[in-house]
Amino acid sequence: MDNASVLERLRAAFPQGLGESSEAHNDLSVYVEREALLDVAQFLRDDPELRYEFLENLCGVDYLGREPRFEVVYHLTSLVNRHRICLKVGAPEHNPTVPSLTIFWPTANWQERETYDLLGVVFAGHPSLERILMPDEWEGHPLRKDVPLGDEEVAFSFNQDQIYARKPFATE
Amino acid sequence: MGIEEKAGDLGVVTTTLETVVNWGRTNAMWPLLFGLACCAIEMMGSQASNYDLSRFGMELNRASPRQADLMIVAGRVSRKMAPVVRRLYDQMSDPKWVIAMGDCASCGGVFNNYAIVQGVDEVIPVDVYVAGCPPRPEALIDGIMMLHEKVKREKISGKKDGASIRVNAGEMIHLHL
Amino acid sequence: MTITGEPQTIEQRTEKPVRRMAEYAATPLTVPSPKQITEPAHAGQTETMVLNMGPHHPSTHGVLRLVLELDGEKVVNVAPDVGFLHTGIEKTMESKTYQKAVVLTDRTDYLAPLSNNLSYVLAVEKLLDCEIPERVQVARVLLAELTRIGSHLVWLGTHALDLAAMSAFLYAFREREQILDIFELVSGARMMTSYFRVGGLAYDLPADFLPTVAAFLNDMPANIDEYEDLLTTNPLWLERTVGVGAVNADDAIAYGLSGANLRATGVSMDMRAMTPYCGYETYDFDIPVGEKGDIYDRYRVRMAEMRQSVKIAWQAHQRLVDIGPGPYMTENRKIAPPPKSEITHSMESLIHHFKLWTEGFRVPRGDAYVGIESPRGILGTYIVSDGSPKPYRVHLRAPSFINLQALQHMSRGGMVADLVALVASLDPVLGEVDR
Repeated sequence: MDNASVLERLRAAFPQGLGESSEAHNDLSVYVEREALLDVAQFLRDDPELRYEFLENLCGVDYLGREPRFEVVYHLTSLVNRHRICLKVGAPEHNPTVPSLTIFWPTANWQERETYDLLGVVFAGHPSLERILMPDEWEGHPLRKDVPLGDEEVAFSFNQDQIYARKPFATE
Repeated sequence: MGIEEKAGDLGVVTTTLETVVNWGRTNAMWPLLFGLACCAIEMMGSQASNYDLSRFGMELNRASPRQADLMIVAGRVSRKMAPVVRRLYDQMSDPKWVIAMGDCASCGGVFNNYAIVQGVDEVIPVDVYVAGCPPRPEALIDGIMMLHEKVKREKISGKKDGASIRVNAGEMIHLHL
Repeated sequence: MTITGEPQTIEQRTEKPVRRMAEYAATPLTVPSPKQITEPAHAGQTETMVLNMGPHHPSTHGVLRLVLELDGEKVVNVAPDVGFLHTGIEKTMESKTYQKAVVLTDRTDYLAPLSNNLSYVLAVEKLLDCEIPERVQVARVLLAELTRIGSHLVWLGTHALDLAAMSAFLYAFREREQILDIFELVSGARMMTSYFRVGGLAYDLPADFLPTVAAFLNDMPANIDEYEDLLTTNPLWLERTVGVGAVNADDAIAYGLSGANLRATGVSMDMRAMTPYCGYETYDFDIPVGEKGDIYDRYRVRMAEMRQSVKIAWQAHQRLVDIGPGPYMTENRKIAPPPKSEITHSMESLIHHFKLWTEGFRVPRGDAYVGIESPRGILGTYIVSDGSPKPYRVHLRAPSFINLQALQHMSRGGMVADLVALVASLDPVLGEVDR
């Protein structure tokens, strides 16, 4: 299967709900509206010709200053056709909610939790949307673009005395 | 028994109790079976066939902190892991020593960011720092040898004096290998 | 255990029925979170207890915490708790230039640093759309296969150690040291090589590289026989692994398993054949697959993979001999730093060099995803570029992270001791799980 025939079949099944598509670097990627995501994902998985059974990757991107601010990216792979399709779903800043794909792929569970933990995108319908990598009491979502890296001043020979004076060295 | 046969006519050996105790401690120093990240693989490498840490009586890793004397912090310590490391250290019985293996454990290394504690000495007191990313097994063995030298100088009275024994991070022992 | 070529088994899979929603409802595949099993779920009926394992535990292969719900010695439920090694690698990469970020990729999956380099470098090269010399491609294949052998050796050693077979560990590390010596030869570092750079390699291959590799590859098949002698028909080993922790192909795909864990179930998905990179389609190799998807099949698949890696490495070795000396970097001076000899007498080269190492090269706007076959499974890198010299977003699709989700599904109903074997057979690297 090539990009054009996959896209044609997808557009025929969903006259509405799909946004623009791109074939940059020979990879097919399609923008999907949030409301249509579940239907599109199920179609891609269950369609006997397409059979994108393998959810390979799920991640989020924070496009600060753009609307919608967040974008969740899904990479689905068809083992039979040896083809990969990329779905992109936007989520606005005031309501960064995207439907959860855990009902179709249990593998989405941790990847959605990670995206929630690091970027603050909420996945509606996720069975246990909690922090996964950061401690529970952590505030904020570190991968967001408006959160600083959180680096500390590095000690060199000219400033190490000042830094070590205020560094909280542990005692017994 | 065997000792008389081997010692022959040696008779009586006199030494200080301190020397005997420190000698015993250096030759049966049991590390905590505890690895964090990349450095743990080099630590495994130093215990495996080629480098064979058991030559120094150091191969017997204890899985329980209660039975361990030495904690080798092999790898980066994250903010989520830091309380666990401290707890493990507190559970170790005295006397106990700590080696910060690698750049991440010593000073944060290449990971100067929100997630990593910039040096495990913010969490637990460190005796020897071993530089390298990750340090070669030779470097770790040299660090352990240095710790042995340090232990041999310890006083028997009371517990370890953290302030005087801790190698200041400013005078970090660099092992360029 | 069958060893088949890749296309046949993919076709076989088309015979199987497509999984529908109703089937999911009947047999829910779930991934519990640690908080969900703090209270015994079957209070009143049976006495189950909740037990904590880790994050410091010798058989969790790193700082993995498992919350277990046990009925006696039987595992009722298990929830992995990860994040104890979260390093913020993805965020840190956003603050580095494309060249400098290579260094951080080494430290995700620290058993296979060169595979991580490769995945990242291929993704950047996809965005740049630059030509890579044939010699570099072959060298990358050769080193990636050596990485696979080295990583599988650590898996073998620690897996056997977890099941109380100490000698395999010592044997495996003996050969791993040889591989590390080869890495040291080419890059100067044993583990954190950062040898693959965007556009090529960091330095040229040294003169004694090929003889050293040939000596290693000559010995390796006999060494693999030695490991197999220790374990493959060992009754204790069979008792602990055969039929334990089995998963079928459909569930494995639903859980997103990849690498040897997926191939052990009979699905021959290998990125080297699915979406070939670095010219893997021109090499002659088989993809070993299992049948039952249990621990023993995973063991057999990985052992067979090591033999296949030796086979690929020999082919790459022969090609390097045939090609002879040549470029180790792309000709594109926008990416490749100028050679040292030019810097001393060419002003332009000096400026290029300065700009490359202070500012870095700019990568065209867009996004790219590359998935490669790392020793643990599909290692994907998704990069978003905003046209600046620093990546806007890097996401690493870590195979260990995703493989670990199936732990509960595989271990339910088994014994606690089997759980130890199961974690080892999944071969997670916690640096990659937590990134």
